[in-house]
Amino acid sequence: MAGLALEQLRKTYAGGVEAVRGVSLDVPDGAFCVLVGPSGCGKSTVLRMIAGLETVTSGAITIGSRTVNEVEPADRDIAMVFQNYALYPHMRVYDNLAYGLRNRGTPRPEIETRVREAARMLGLETMLDRYPRQLSGGQRQRVAMGRAIVRKPQVFLFDEPLSNLDAKLRVQMRVEIRRLQRSLGVTTVYVTHDQVEAMTMADRLVVMNGGRIEQVGTPIEIYRRPATRYVATFMGSPPMNILPAEVVPGGVRIEDATIPVATPGLAPGAAVEAGIRPEDLRLAPEGLAFGVAFVEELGATRLLHGRLGGAELVVQVPAGPEPAEGAAIRLAVAPGALHLFDPGTGQRLGMPG
Amino acid sequence: MSTDRVTFGGRLLPAALIAPQLTIVGLFFYWPALQAVWQSFQMQDAFGLSTEFVWLENYRALFTDPGYYRTLGTTLVFAAAVAGLSLGFALLLAAMADREIRAGGLYRTLLIWPYAVAPAVAGVLFGFLFQPGLGIVARGLNDLGVPWNPLLNGDHAMILVVLAAAWKQISYNFLFFLAGLQAIPASVIEAAAIDGAGPARRFWTIVFPLLSPTTFFLMVVNVVYAFCETFGIIDVLTHGGPGRATQTLVYKVYQDGRIGADLGGSAAQSVVLMAIVIGLTAIQFRYVERRVAY
Repeated sequence: MAGLALEQLRKTYAGGVEAVRGVSLDVPDGAFCVLVGPSGCGKSTVLRMIAGLETVTSGAITIGSRTVNEVEPADRDIAMVFQNYALYPHMRVYDNLAYGLRNRGTPRPEIETRVREAARMLGLETMLDRYPRQLSGGQRQRVAMGRAIVRKPQVFLFDEPLSNLDAKLRVQMRVEIRRLQRSLGVTTVYVTHDQVEAMTMADRLVVMNGGRIEQVGTPIEIYRRPATRYVATFMGSPPMNILPAEVVPGGVRIEDATIPVATPGLAPGAAVEAGIRPEDLRLAPEGLAFGVAFVEELGATRLLHGRLGGAELVVQVPAGPEPAEGAAIRLAVAPGALHLFDPGTGQRLGMPG
Repeated sequence: MSTDRVTFGGRLLPAALIAPQLTIVGLFFYWPALQAVWQSFQMQDAFGLSTEFVWLENYRALFTDPGYYRTLGTTLVFAAAVAGLSLGFALLLAAMADREIRAGGLYRTLLIWPYAVAPAVAGVLFGFLFQPGLGIVARGLNDLGVPWNPLLNGDHAMILVVLAAAWKQISYNFLFFLAGLQAIPASVIEAAAIDGAGPARRFWTIVFPLLSPTTFFLMVVNVVYAFCETFGIIDVLTHGGPGRATQTLVYKVYQDGRIGADLGGSAAQSVVLMAIVIGLTAIQFRYVERRVAY
């Protein structure tokens, strides 16, 4: 078992495109680390560099105590699960699982034991004689995972492994992957663009944007205290509302309402951006004036869409008949739920909360 | 349920639409083929003055002639060598071209050109290169101490026609192999690399098995090519000689029929040749159709 460390990792492609611009990250031994970000943010490139499928332009990748920049993928002691599973179509499930062991000259009885064990863990015992084309999407996904676990590697790498599955199966596999990783205790790096997957699976969540890391933390830390406006709006569904605000003594003013919040180091009159999660707004006798333009019913909750001054706003309220579309209401912000960001840099300001 | 089938109201329009194709196939394939079958049951004197219907006499003569079996053997050696050489070389080139290389497009385009060269022209080219007195390759070989002379040495002649015939077919094979290679998902190769397979092992355990439908298809096409379409190359380079060292089935049809004026016997040979080609094509359709689903 071993941890993984990235140090100032960079990748510049031949055309001059900078895919990864200095990523430093520590993944402790046994941790489940999720890299999340929009497509093109460099998360897959980071993963492929860890796997050894892309060369490193500069920086260092360390697995355990060994720097592996120049080590062949086969010798890095990693296993990878691909988005399209990448099963060997001409081999039966058994041979798919055994291939990596055979290449390493593992004795035949041990191959047999390990393959059977992996198949048992994944519920594939009855499918060992089938070809990948005879399996469903979820079963193929399991075979791909089985191929990773038979090798008992030091690091698992997952590249958007669930995005080819339907929604129901995705939820199920999410839990299965997490459970499997816990029981094996193997250090894992998991790449996804789905923030729900990221929130639910990660021990350690890494939000990436434009080839850089925006924030690293536990999912709750990142949700509660996003370091930048980008992270604030990327994580969470529906996304955080961002409203223009002005610092006044004792708080910030949004439109015509003043919301009490600590503003250390900010001069009155300074322009800031105020971030409020939809679930942190509630109906109140007085406060922010909001016209409900449109209501989305989600069953347990409702989403009110509308405008507050010049900005779009979404409010999440409990189920119930009120307020209806077209209603004019007032909103209060839950105490300590206001996030302030610098309008220029997007960085978090002060220590509200 | 939607279907891909187009339905026509009447019968006249579909008939009119397939008529040109049927006319061409009928005129240039079925008619001559039937002529050959008909002729193979007849015997003519050398001057074409009398024709006699002899039933299977031509076939009996053919199958009791040791020379025919010798030619069949020569053809099999020739076809195996041409198919093996051109497939092997084309696969090598395709595997190289499949990687990201500078000016890859240009390289691929240039590799396709030999296919546009007519067999007779390919024959002339190789004839020049390997002409014992003048040819640049032949002189090189002689300087190296190889007494190269395809005009006298049957093995040399065979090597020469095999080289020329294989060279011409490499482009075609290359195209199909390249397409086949590009259809293999990169992630499967990457997964194999992570699974500890080096480049050679990846090729033999992953790439080559996944290419097998392509390889099988090309093998049949190449054998048919070697059987039938290499006439021009052999005619220009060796005339089937020296001795009968490079006389293949198709060349024997020509020699016996045109030069030997044994039209009936020659027709019987073409019917046998036709049967071989039809058989090969049938095998291919059966297998390729069945195994597309990789």
